[in-house]
Amino acid sequence: MNSKINISNAQKIFVSKNSNIVALKDIQLEITNNEFITFVGASGCGKSTLLRAIGGLESLTTGSICIDGVLIDKPNVDRAMVFQHYSLYPWLSVMGNIKFCRQLKIGREKLSSADVEAASGRADALLALMGLTHVRDYYPNQLSGGMQQRVAIARALMSRPQILLMDEPFGALDAQTREVMHDLILHVSNLEKTTIVFVTHDVEEAIYLGQRVVVMAPRPGRIDSIVKVNLPDKRNQDMKLSPQFLEQKKEILTRIRETAGMHTDFELLGRMTQITNEA
Amino acid sequence: MRSVQTIYYFLKAVCNSFWIIRGHISRNHYLLLAMFGLLLPLAAWWLLSMSGLVEKVFMPSPLDVLKRAFIWFSDESLMADIWISTYRVFAGFFLSAILAIPLGVLIGTYQPIKAMFEPLMDLIRYMPAVAFIPLVMLWVGIEESSKIAIIFIGTFFQMVLMLAEDIRRVPNNQIEAAQTMGANSNEIVSLVIIQSAKPALLDTLRVTMGWAWTYLVVAELVAANSGLGYSILRAQRFMQTDKIFAGIILIGLIGLAIDQLFRLLHRKSFPWLYLS
Repeated sequence: MNSKINISNAQKIFVSKNSNIVALKDIQLEITNNEFITFVGASGCGKSTLLRAIGGLESLTTGSICIDGVLIDKPNVDRAMVFQHYSLYPWLSVMGNIKFCRQLKIGREKLSSADVEAASGRADALLALMGLTHVRDYYPNQLSGGMQQRVAIARALMSRPQILLMDEPFGALDAQTREVMHDLILHVSNLEKTTIVFVTHDVEEAIYLGQRVVVMAPRPGRIDSIVKVNLPDKRNQDMKLSPQFLEQKKEILTRIRETAGMHTDFELLGRMTQITNEA
Repeated sequence: MRSVQTIYYFLKAVCNSFWIIRGHISRNHYLLLAMFGLLLPLAAWWLLSMSGLVEKVFMPSPLDVLKRAFIWFSDESLMADIWISTYRVFAGFFLSAILAIPLGVLIGTYQPIKAMFEPLMDLIRYMPAVAFIPLVMLWVGIEESSKIAIIFIGTFFQMVLMLAEDIRRVPNNQIEAAQTMGANSNEIVSLVIIQSAKPALLDTLRVTMGWAWTYLVVAELVAANSGLGYSILRAQRFMQTDKIFAGIILIGLIGLAIDQLFRLLHRKSFPWLYLS
């Protein structure tokens, strides 16, 4: 397998008045072409920082990130990002949002009439793929959260990025909508052949979507372990109840709990209950 | 009898939905209450002036004021006063806006420009515009431009800071999404930041337009011989309380009308904000 993204010795330190926070420490990771890789971990483990660094939105303190062997230092059209929310342009219609990249110089540079046609063909195809055809002229604030994220994904795919970076894109959606979006994004990744880097705090989501799950740990932000997902490539919702799935879920959850240093103090809870009862 | 009953039910409906936290009332109820809110002080004023408790020179009756406004319109130069005052306010306001919008966008977008200008703006905005009058007369003279200059001084510095804040409130995700789509900085400013902030910018302009009107009387202290503010000041000298009232109310009404026009423009320009 050929390496698409190569992260070596990545280190990110946030300097503040009182203390320096090590957001990323010694990250070594190779992501292969067309891979669907997910990052999961407790808050503050640096998973979003790492994603933003791959996107070029955050610079590393030391170390490097290369795409196809080329060092990256700023955002570019080959790496599209989907955010959790507030990234759509409310003044543009659904179609306007999806075609936004065509307004940019980078989209106009190599413009011929055939390109323009191809672009609107692609926009229509993406609308159909994401189930947005009937809302093409709606404004984002007329759509539900799930539909808005579909638009965000379609917009990110419009410029044919090689890498799709997703920062908890379904974090604000309800459980049912999220399931639908999971199958949709798996379908998209199959169809578009993009490398997808997906950050989430939901372990089930991470396993269901990913070919590999990178478990990260906080203080300092680091890679704790990398779990190769033990499921067939073609996923379906029933697999979430399979023994392999549950076993890997348990394994990852245990790692996250251990590294996060957060646990329920049953003794303390017991004492508090006692006090309540006495009073 | 029937109408009494109707009024009773209507009031009951209004009362029932009165103290609901963040509640909604129908458009008719809204208009009725708004009318009530406007007429109540008017009625109170009328009663007070009719009661004879206060001398006419302290508080003329609404009728006196109306009469005076009519005389002002027919025998004096009310329309010319309104015209010249509106001109001064608009000139000062537009001059402010033309300079404040680009500066606000720059301050809100680029940290070094913020560092260079924001403390300066903060300093000047606390300086009283009235106190600039002698300086303005010295530098600008006593023509129209001096009145416009006072209105400019009164609005510009506040306006810049508020516009910059509007620009800063553009969600970071909107900007970063554009970056990952390959937008360069000019495109981010023109296609994302300004577009995203436009509704807030227009709202800020609406609010600062109100401030421009409040500086009108100050501006017309400067060697004016016409205008609403000037007329109020002159009426003060002749103890024409009714004219003072008329002038103040007229400025209020013109302001209200302009405010409504701004709101209409907002609805027409940003239809996507008013859907749902």
